Amino acid sequence: MKSLKLKLKKNIKPLKLKLRRILFGMKFTDGLVFKVFIYGLLIILAFVYLYPLLHMLSYSFQSVEDLLNPMVNQVPTKLYFKNYQDAFFVLNCFETMTTSLTVTLIPALIQTVIASLVGYGFARFEFKGKRVWMLLVVATYIIPPQVTMIPRYVLFHKLGFLENALSIIVPATFGQGLNSAIFILIFYHFFKQIPKALDEAAQIDGANPLYIYFRVSVPLSIPSFVTSFLFSFVWYWNETYISSLFMGSKNPTLQMMLQNFVSAYKAAMGGTGEMAVANEAVRMAATLLIMLPMLIIYFILQRWFIEGIDKAGITGE
Amino acid sequence: MKLTNRQRENLYGYLFIGIWIIGFLWLTLYPLIMSFVYSLNKVTITASEGIILTNIGFKNYIDIFSTDFNFVNALTTFIGEIFLFVPIIIIMAIIIALILNQKIKFRGIFRSIFFLPVIISSGPMINELVKQGAGTVPFFENPEVTDALSQLPKIIADPILSLFSQMIIVLWFSGVQIVLFLSALQKVDGEIYEAASIDGASPWEMFWKITLPTLKPTVLVSSIYSIVFLATFSSNAVIGHIQSNMFEITKGYGYSSALAWIYFIVISILLAIAFVLFKQRKERKVR
Repeated sequence: MKSLKLKLKKNIKPLKLKLRRILFGMKFTDGLVFKVFIYGLLIILAFVYLYPLLHMLSYSFQSVEDLLNPMVNQVPTKLYFKNYQDAFFVLNCFETMTTSLTVTLIPALIQTVIASLVGYGFARFEFKGKRVWMLLVVATYIIPPQVTMIPRYVLFHKLGFLENALSIIVPATFGQGLNSAIFILIFYHFFKQIPKALDEAAQIDGANPLYIYFRVSVPLSIPSFVTSFLFSFVWYWNETYISSLFMGSKNPTLQMMLQNFVSAYKAAMGGTGEMAVANEAVRMAATLLIMLPMLIIYFILQRWFIEGIDKAGITGE
Repeated sequence: MKLTNRQRENLYGYLFIGIWIIGFLWLTLYPLIMSFVYSLNKVTITASEGIILTNIGFKNYIDIFSTDFNFVNALTTFIGEIFLFVPIIIIMAIIIALILNQKIKFRGIFRSIFFLPVIISSGPMINELVKQGAGTVPFFENPEVTDALSQLPKIIADPILSLFSQMIIVLWFSGVQIVLFLSALQKVDGEIYEAASIDGASPWEMFWKITLPTLKPTVLVSSIYSIVFLATFSSNAVIGHIQSNMFEITKGYGYSSALAWIYFIVISILLAIAFVLFKQRKERKVR
């Protein structure tokens, strides 16, 4: 009897240890408990992050009956596409899209090119006053646009840039666009990493710096160009504060149409009463329509966005 | 003409950054000075003579603090929001980055989900979401919770209420920061952890003694990024107030320039606080 008990005890101990090993692992972080906890947390967080989007998607397909029906909460009874049609019509999509693209694509392209030139200058040449200028580049990031926008508004008014894409393009051309400083710093860090020996070799062959920049450095920095352009593009697309001031209400961008969607809806749909009020479903459909181009770009090119920041090396050094 | 090496560096350096310098002087420095001048004046716009400035000293600034309660309210709420939101953003970003730094499956997909908001958040879009109540977790919309909060002083209650009404949106603002922390984590040499675990350190100790100190520079960068982002995001009440005053007949450019300068100073102070808190103490580099 006694020996049996002892035997059992002997067997239980390794079993206990094994269980412990499985649950908590060798150093806790590789155990099952930890794994379950981590994945649980991740899934909950991912759901929380996506919740507003799911909400938007489900609402955008609800018809008026679904909206009024208290039984229908999240999932619509059927897919109702008219919301999208209406939203497309109210946003005046083709025309506004053209405005949006002109004040987004062109400044983004120019900003990227200029930022690379300036970043190259800072990374490659030891000129007088370099540190001061670098500091001022960082300062332009910190100065809120609200301080400079009123005099700029007056200036652009004199020059006739207002209500015109030039009011967005010109600052980008001179390196004072949206978050220009970030892009200059990205290129600065990138060009710092290219060994100077490459330049020197070309220099000995008699090439001038502009030639070296275009022929040696630009081809090496294509990834930085792509990332900078993409971020520039996305930020310009989502920017409304400055563009609504400079572009005025005559040439609205898509984002500005969304801002005034309720009144735009009234104007476009005409009539009075129930039909003239934009319900949640149409508003959500409009919001999704505006996000759609960015979502498509993100799904195709997401690697450039995330790895771009990774490689840009603006992580504190 | 033959240039010395030094002259050459100067010439080409300025050639490359020249366009930026022109832009800086023309579109940043000059407007900065002008907006300060405006803020000390009453600015009237006439069709015939253009802009007329009448010097009124610091009257605009005095008026703001004595009569413009909307602005002062919006500003104090903004400051409260910064003190509440930025730590939440940073802590969430660190937690998510730490999780993503583990060996997990579908890491790329999760990373893309957490970064997605960066691509799509714009002022009007966030406004729509908050209006619909989709910007938060339903629990926080509970009337009992909001009632309990309204017992608190307004300065404390307002930022918390604003947090509760847009809980998810605040999390959304941490996309870039997550990636920054993640890449900082990946640069940590794995051997340090190995050495520490041989010395008997627990994962908990390793986090506080190794991981967190190495993240400190990233915390500084992320908090500066977060503050600037929140300060210039177009659904911010303060900047909305500044813009709407621009075209008010009684107030105009002078008054809103003064508003903008107050805002600028507040942001600078907030950034300075972040800088002092997270600045790396200068250590002698030993090679």
